[in-house]
Amino acid sequence: MPLTVRLSRLILSYMVNSKERLARTFMALVDPTRRAILAQLERRDGASISELAKPFTIHLPAVMKHLDVLANAGLVTRSKSGRTVTVRLRAQPMREAMEWLRRYERFWSSSLDRLTSYAESKEAEARRKGR
Amino acid sequence: MTSLTLVRRIRARPQIVFDAVTTAEGIAQWWGPDAGPVLLSESDPRVGGRYRVRFRKLDGTEHESSGEFLEIVRPEHVVMSWRWKGGVEDPGESRVEMRLRAIPEGTELTFIHSRLHDEETSRSHEEGWAGALDKLEAHLAAGRAA
Repeated sequence: MPLTVRLSRLILSYMVNSKERLARTFMALVDPTRRAILAQLERRDGASISELAKPFTIHLPAVMKHLDVLANAGLVTRSKSGRTVTVRLRAQPMREAMEWLRRYERFWSSSLDRLTSYAESKEAEARRKGR
Repeated sequence: MTSLTLVRRIRARPQIVFDAVTTAEGIAQWWGPDAGPVLLSESDPRVGGRYRVRFRKLDGTEHESSGEFLEIVRPEHVVMSWRWKGGVEDPGESRVEMRLRAIPEGTELTFIHSRLHDEETSRSHEEGWAGALDKLEAHLAAGRAA
């Protein structure tokens, strides 16, 4: 296979993967219980699973399932020491998600700047014509 | 729900701003992320009508987005569906809404791009995770990042 084809396939697969990663991050964040778990970890990084489960009315297995989704999205890591599983936040996927949103913000912000000057010049023109 | 809101105060009356955001001639003047040219602009601004915009960025890449006008009340309100054309960058259909309010100096434009990123996010009508993002951003800023 020629190098350029291989390279573009590599880039394509990278883009598809990063899109999937992003989709996983967003999906993980949609659920209010998972957001609450993240918020808890934010206050207290390195909590055990039973500590994390305490404020919720749901049972431990349900909390474990939410943690699976969060771990799958790379938002948390779990490490086991003896019988205790410690959960920690991971920052990178959140950074990617925010960067993705910022791209949209830059796109529209720059568009709206130009919209503003265009509309203002149309207004000035209308006034010159006495309308 | 994933959304982005921007507010601008424009020294032009709402009718002028409204036409700038809905007509093909208007759209051609401002749409795009940098000073690159709009190559094609089509618009049929009535409910069910479609629009299409193609632009070239300064880096030479070309992009196209299109959609349908879902609600249109001149000169106050316009809602349209929005999506990138094909390619791996296509994250599905989202929604662009613009609200125009007359103010003494002209128009206050509230621009909302919502339902960003796939159906799962749009299904959620919870308080929105923008707050969660803010908190985590604070977390990152605090330098406790993993």
